[in-house]
Amino acid sequence: MRTITFASRNTKEITRDILTLIFGIAFPLILLLLLSAINKAIPRGYGPTNFQIQYLAPGITVFGLSFLSLFSSMLIAKDRTTGFVLRLFTSPLRPSEFILGYTMPMIPIALTQSTVCYLCALFLGLPFSANLLAAVAVNIPIAIVFIALGLMFGSVLSEKAVGGICGALLTNLSAWFSNIWFDTSMVGGAFETVSNILPFSHAVKAAQAAAAGDFGAIFPELWWVVAYAVVLTAAAVAVFAVKLKKN
Amino acid sequence: MEAIKTEKLVKKYKDKTAVKGLELTVYQGELYGLLGVNGAGKSTTIKMLSCLTQPTSGEAWVMGRSIKNEAEQVKAIMNVSPQETAVAAKLSVRENLEFIARIYGCNKKESKEKARKMIEDFSMEEIAKCRAATLSGGWQRRLSIAMALITQPDVLFLDEPTLGLDVLARRELWKYIEELKGKMTIILTTHYLEEAESLCDRIGIMARGALCAEGTAEELKTKANTNDFEEAFITIAGENTK
Ligand SMILES: Nc1ncnc2c1ncn2[C@@H]1O[C@H](COP(=O)(O)OP(=O)(O)O)[C@@H](O)[C@H]1O
Ligand SMILES: [Mg+2]
Repeated sequence: MRTITFASRNTKEITRDILTLIFGIAFPLILLLLLSAINKAIPRGYGPTNFQIQYLAPGITVFGLSFLSLFSSMLIAKDRTTGFVLRLFTSPLRPSEFILGYTMPMIPIALTQSTVCYLCALFLGLPFSANLLAAVAVNIPIAIVFIALGLMFGSVLSEKAVGGICGALLTNLSAWFSNIWFDTSMVGGAFETVSNILPFSHAVKAAQAAAAGDFGAIFPELWWVVAYAVVLTAAAVAVFAVKLKKN
Repeated sequence: MEAIKTEKLVKKYKDKTAVKGLELTVYQGELYGLLGVNGAGKSTTIKMLSCLTQPTSGEAWVMGRSIKNEAEQVKAIMNVSPQETAVAAKLSVRENLEFIARIYGCNKKESKEKARKMIEDFSMEEIAKCRAATLSGGWQRRLSIAMALITQPDVLFLDEPTLGLDVLARRELWKYIEELKGKMTIILTTHYLEEAESLCDRIGIMARGALCAEGTAEELKTKANTNDFEEAFITIAGENTK
């Protein structure tokens, strides 16, 4: 019950921030519209395949999720600097309830983001199919990766630093290495290697496979992401617990 | 009965001992004032007693429960108004109050009723729907204090509650605290000496992490050989800070 109460407070705190709507929903949608317009302006067969709506839409949903790190880390960092966390530490709320309360609200936000993105893509010519529901679900592991990163950064960094690290650095890194904007195999070399080690391009490929109904292609890719999600969540819980004790 | 008892309580930070073997006893229903210059260790003491931070050594009990081994029980029966104003920025005044009530185990109906009562007691009807972030510092502070009181704790810690309040709001809060006297045990820190003198049953003066004098305001004045409480504080705290 306490967890739900705390989670509901966090949901309000995040969704009442105009930043959430701008970065979480509006920005990915604008990118989707812009890039698909560019793609339509290029004569058929000459544009990059990445920008065709069936590849672009899943990619943008993953990109949109990178802002989850920003939202959760901003919330936690702000709670730390305002002393609100101290107030909660003196309350009966337990450490596990804390972590759950900060994480849970992010999942519906993630699902909403991906759904809105696919709805918009339908208008841009993405054929409707039940596979899109699978594609939304396939995004959950990468959403957890971003949430865990947010929890981790939010527990150690200041509100300002978090804006830079999660808002600028992380979103850019995940975008470059994601295969959304350009095919990382075309760059090759170390860039491609790093891209293959990081979870972002795997998440995009899994989402694309799911959206295309190519279910066989989801899992080799998704395992990467799931592994990252598990390890990062464990790390985030550890960092959070240490910070909690140190006070 | 003792509401708070500490035994050789010590808190060391890396290169600094904030609390040095504190021996403090506060009785149930008492309003106890903890005074001392900046850095004396008042907030650190409150942080340990409210289970925010673990003592380096020593032990303390709140309503007979150990802050080291029974933190969960201690947390359920006390509440703190921290030195920093601590409110949820994007929640309304009412939502902030209901949130705290629910975290401490009230159901929806009880928390609504309690929030209504606090809003009335703190004359916050007009701002009940406003988000906390939009309130002035003084109103945020009042809300922060109301959030500590809404759970009707057995033991209440007020760390510089009147900091940042204007004279009228301060007087109003004093009146409210007076009414609470006897209903719960209150530990109050403040830099307003007239506040401590007029409100507190007993006063402890801390210097360099330990209690250097304790008694009623009258007793402390007699001890320092003066009629003026501020004079008494300066004499006692000054001697022990040198
Ligand atoms: N987290 C901390 N890390 C290091 N030193 C601290 C910390 N908190 C308090 N101190 C030091 O401990 C001493 C007592 O601080 P505090 O309890 O806040 O005093 P008061 O509330 O009486 O003004 C101060 O010298 C302060 O600098
Ligand atoms: Mg202090």
